[in-house]
Amino acid sequence: MKKIEAIVKPFKLDDVKEALNDVGIQGMTITEVKGYGRQKGHKEIYRGAEYVVDFIPKVKVEVVVADDQADAVVAKIREAANTGKLGDGKIFVYNVEEAVRVRTGETGVDAL
Amino acid sequence: MIAKLLNPLALVLLLPASALAADGLDTGDTAWMIVSTALVMMMTPAGLALFYGGMSRYKNLLNTIAMTMVAYCLGSIIWVMWGYTLAFGPSKAGLFGGFDFFFLNGIGVDSLSGTIPTYVFLLFQMTFAGITVALVLGSIVDRMKFSSWVVFTILWLTFIYAPVAHWAWGGGWMGSMGALDFAGGTVVHINAGVAGLVLSFMVGRRIGYGKEAMFPSSITLTALGAALLWFGWFGFNAGSQLAADGVAGSAFLVTNTSAAMGALSWMFAEWAVTRKPTVLGLASGVVAGLVAITPAAGFVSMPASLVIGLLAGVLGYVSVSKLKNMLGYDDSLDAFGVHGLCGIWGALATGLFANPAVNEIGTGLFYGNPKQVWIQFLSIIGTAAFSAVGTFVVAYITKLITGGLRVDHEEEIVGLDNAQHGERAFEIQNV
Repeated sequence: MKKIEAIVKPFKLDDVKEALNDVGIQGMTITEVKGYGRQKGHKEIYRGAEYVVDFIPKVKVEVVVADDQADAVVAKIREAANTGKLGDGKIFVYNVEEAVRVRTGETGVDAL
Repeated sequence: MIAKLLNPLALVLLLPASALAADGLDTGDTAWMIVSTALVMMMTPAGLALFYGGMSRYKNLLNTIAMTMVAYCLGSIIWVMWGYTLAFGPSKAGLFGGFDFFFLNGIGVDSLSGTIPTYVFLLFQMTFAGITVALVLGSIVDRMKFSSWVVFTILWLTFIYAPVAHWAWGGGWMGSMGALDFAGGTVVHINAGVAGLVLSFMVGRRIGYGKEAMFPSSITLTALGAALLWFGWFGFNAGSQLAADGVAGSAFLVTNTSAAMGALSWMFAEWAVTRKPTVLGLASGVVAGLVAITPAAGFVSMPASLVIGLLAGVLGYVSVSKLKNMLGYDDSLDAFGVHGLCGIWGALATGLFANPAVNEIGTGLFYGNPKQVWIQFLSIIGTAAFSAVGTFVVAYITKLITGGLRVDHEEEIVGLDNAQHGERAFEIQNV
C-alpha cells in the first residue's frame, strides 16, 4: 500500500476530490496547512506598513491506496491540481505497512 | 457657533438684532441639539471603539475597546463634577473657567445657553470631552497599562482638555483673539493628536515594531467604525452651530463632502503608490476628511470643502505611510498622523476659506482677511505647545502613581486582552 500526500491550492480541493472519485478512491483525509515553497509569500500593506506573509494557506490531501493504483492516483491529482503557476503544490508518496478497519478488524488492502 | 454664545462681547457685537430678539428657549434648536448630542455620544464607545479596535492586533482588541469605553465613562463623570465648570465657568484671565458650576451647581431646568437648555449644552460638550481623550489612545494601543490609562484619562481631561476647551469656546484667549474653531479642530483634534504623539514617545515603541508583522485584527470592524464616526460627525459638526438653522445645514453639507473627498483622495493616492486601493485606506480617508473639515464646518462653502477633503486624504496618507517611518515613532493607530496633522490643515484651511457669506463671524484670506491665517496659526501653536508640555507632565505624574506606564514584556507578548482583562475577543475553533 502507498500513502499519497498532496499539498494543493485550497481552491483546487474540489477538483482533486472529484478526480479521485472518478478513479474509485473511496475516502480521503484533508488538513488545512500553511507553508511556502518556490512561490514564496506575499506582501500586505496597512497604512504604508509592509508585512511579508511567508506562509500561504494550502490544503493537504492524504489517501492510502493499493500499490498498483498509486501511479494513476498521482497522475490524476497532478492533472486536477495543476494551474501552471508557481504554488500549485507537491505530491509525496510513502510506503504504508498496515491498514486496519476499526469496525471490522479487516487488514491490508481490504481495509481501505 | 459655540463662541458666539459664550463670549458676551461677541454676542453683543456680532449677533444680528433679530437673533437677540429671539432669545429664549427654541424648541427646534433644543430638539436638534438633543439628537446631535446622542449622535456624538455614539462616536466614542461605538464608532471609535470599532475603528481603533479593528486596527489593533487580535490579542489587544478588547483592551482597545475597554480603553475607549472607559474614557467615555470617565469623561461623563468628570464633566458633570468639575470638567464643565473648568471649561465653561466664568473665565479666569482667559485661561480656565471658575468653579461656579462645580457639580453643576446653580444650573437648573430653566437655565439656558443661547436658545437651548444649559443641560443640553453641557451634555453636548461632555460628548466632545469623551471623544477627545479617547482619540489619544490610538497612539499607545498594544502596550499601555490599563490602570495607567484610567489615571491618565482623569488627569488629562481635567488639566488639558478643560482649559483648551475654555480657550476656544468658554470665553478664553483663543476665542477672544478671533480664532475660528467651529467644532474642534484645535480643541479636539490637534489637542488629541499632539497628546498621542507625546504619549507614544513616553510609552515607547511596541516590541517588534518595524520588524514583526502587526496585522489589524479586523478591517471589517474598522470600516464599520469609520461609518459610525461619519454618521455621528453630523451631530458633531452640524450640532456645533447650537441651532437648527442654515449654517447647521451648511456644516452638514461640507462635512459629508469633505469626508467623501478625503476617502477618495486617500484611496487614489494609495492606489497610485502601492497598486492596491485598500479598505483601511478608504476608512482612514473618511476620518481624515472629517477631521480637516471640523474647524471649518460652519464657515466654509461647498467648493472649499472639496479642497479641504482632497488635501486631507493625501496629507493623512503621506503622514502615516512616509512621515512616520522617517521619524521612527510608534503611533500605533496614527492618532497624530490623522487627527493631529489633518486637524492642523483644517485649522489653517479655516483661515484661508472662511466665507462671510456662509457665516459673518469668519472671514478668511481668500475673502480679504489675511490676518485670520495668522490668528489660526497662533491658535494651532498655542494648542499644540500646551498639549505637548501638559501631556508630558500628566503622563509623568501618571507614571509615578501607577508605577510605570507600560505592561511588562510577557504581558505584551501574550496580549493585553488576556493579561489585563482575562478575556479574549474571539472564540474561533477549527474543529
